[in-house]
Amino acid sequence: MDNKVIKVRNLVKRFGKFVANDNLTFDVHEGEIFGFLGANGAGKTTAIRILSGLLEPTSGEVIVAGFNAGRESEQIKKNIGYMCQKFSLYEDLTVKENITLYGGIYGLKTSVIRNRIHELLEKLHFREYENRLISALPLGLRQKLAFSVAVLHEPKIVFLDEPTGGVDPITRRQFWEMIYETAAKGITVFVTTHYMDEAEYCDRISIMSEGKIVALDTPENLKKQFNAGTVEEVFIKIARPNISPIHNS
Amino acid sequence: MYKTIESSGISKSFGPTKALDEISFSVNESEVFGFIGPDGAGKTTLFRIITTLLLPDKGEIKVLGLDCKADYKKLRKNIGYMPGRFSLYQDLTVEENLNFYATVFGTTIEENYDLISDIYSHIEPFKKRLAGKLSGGMKQKLALSCALIHKPELLVLDEPTTGVDAVSRSEFWDMLAKLRQHKITILVSTPYMDEAMRCDRVALIQGGKILAIDTPQKIREGFSKKLFSARASEKYKLIKALKQFHNTLTAYPFGDSVHVTFMNDTIDDSLYDHLKTSGINDAYITETEAGIEDRFLELMNKPE
Repeated sequence: MDNKVIKVRNLVKRFGKFVANDNLTFDVHEGEIFGFLGANGAGKTTAIRILSGLLEPTSGEVIVAGFNAGRESEQIKKNIGYMCQKFSLYEDLTVKENITLYGGIYGLKTSVIRNRIHELLEKLHFREYENRLISALPLGLRQKLAFSVAVLHEPKIVFLDEPTGGVDPITRRQFWEMIYETAAKGITVFVTTHYMDEAEYCDRISIMSEGKIVALDTPENLKKQFNAGTVEEVFIKIARPNISPIHNS
Repeated sequence: MYKTIESSGISKSFGPTKALDEISFSVNESEVFGFIGPDGAGKTTLFRIITTLLLPDKGEIKVLGLDCKADYKKLRKNIGYMPGRFSLYQDLTVEENLNFYATVFGTTIEENYDLISDIYSHIEPFKKRLAGKLSGGMKQKLALSCALIHKPELLVLDEPTTGVDAVSRSEFWDMLAKLRQHKITILVSTPYMDEAMRCDRVALIQGGKILAIDTPQKIREGFSKKLFSARASEKYKLIKALKQFHNTLTAYPFGDSVHVTFMNDTIDDSLYDHLKTSGINDAYITETEAGIEDRFLELMNKPE
């Protein structure tokens, strides 16, 4: 049985002389919550763009949802969901219009879309917002809706790039409960975050530094390995060994 | 005592949206004062009022003893403002940007170099590089240098660490800590609750209202319930089970544990029995101290 939904072997991505991804090798399993961490500029975004079929690797093998990232990027796009903090929904369309649009893009039947709209609005307690423009929604609601839309077509994997940036602490936690629920359904969640407490919620995390994956394990094992109390300490030890965490000022 | 900022009853609306609702607070001289809250809380609107870029609909505000409306020209000379979005000239070099800001304020880089040297020295080797070609961390250091070059009495930093990784955030706060020796009052906003511990005093802000103002320590002590930390190997199951327990008031994931409060502030066998029935046999629950985020969550939940 092969339950690897992402399989990366010796992935290299160069931009001119600059090596953004330097020989990455890792697997992500079905239904796993995989935290993809790293300092700004470590190469996370490049890797996510390759995994989601938006960018071709320079060399190496990348298989996502059973398809090759270089040759079969269109099939990959059909089998994944994607959301990021900056852009996710069309602000000048209503909630319903956004769901309909994305459903259409993913090739869902009109009747299926209609059902999904109904389910989603019920689940998120969103009824009253159905005909509201996205721009008029509070950020927290917007992000929850964006996530729901990203998994509308029940993809094998959903990529979340800093989904909770700037979101209030309650919504942030509700968002993570949605992530848990999604993973429990067998959808793999591939997530980046700058909130180190959120890294602890992941099944496994990888930490990138200067284009390389320098650590990859469960949060528990990484803390043991680096003799650290929290993932934040692990992160700091890896990224810059001579710095104290935020709270030990 | 001289107050660097004194405000009472500040309100500001944009159409139907109430961005600020009766905001009152004061900031002392040489204090590091933090506004902590999520996006949309009103932090940027408030900072734009303080920096004389926006007028409030209602309320009184004095900054450095000056009126934000009548004395705005005088005030602007003494404020350093670093907006949330990088707003230096991308097509000028590092040095040209800094020089430009110095000139606008009638000073020179040399005159106030000691103030910025700790920060600027990191990017000085790249002073001939275009600002648009800098990395995120370097842009931030340049923006901070530009905000400081005229030796302001008040430094206003709007979300300087948003979208920045944990290590760079920590480095940024180390830079601010060093600035304290120059007696500059620092007003800073952030959505990251852990950064509150780096401030002398903080205001928790949400939906245009201040939830609490105090030292970080006092805010933590304001937590009204006994707080427990629960751990188990299956975390999602644990959260769900805790939420279903009849005595549970709140249960929130916090890093590798779940923070729980109970109506009667105690844990007894009935809790462990309930968890066992829910399939959790390895629950480990201890009392713990509340942090800023715990208190923030409590205040958010409080009915008005």
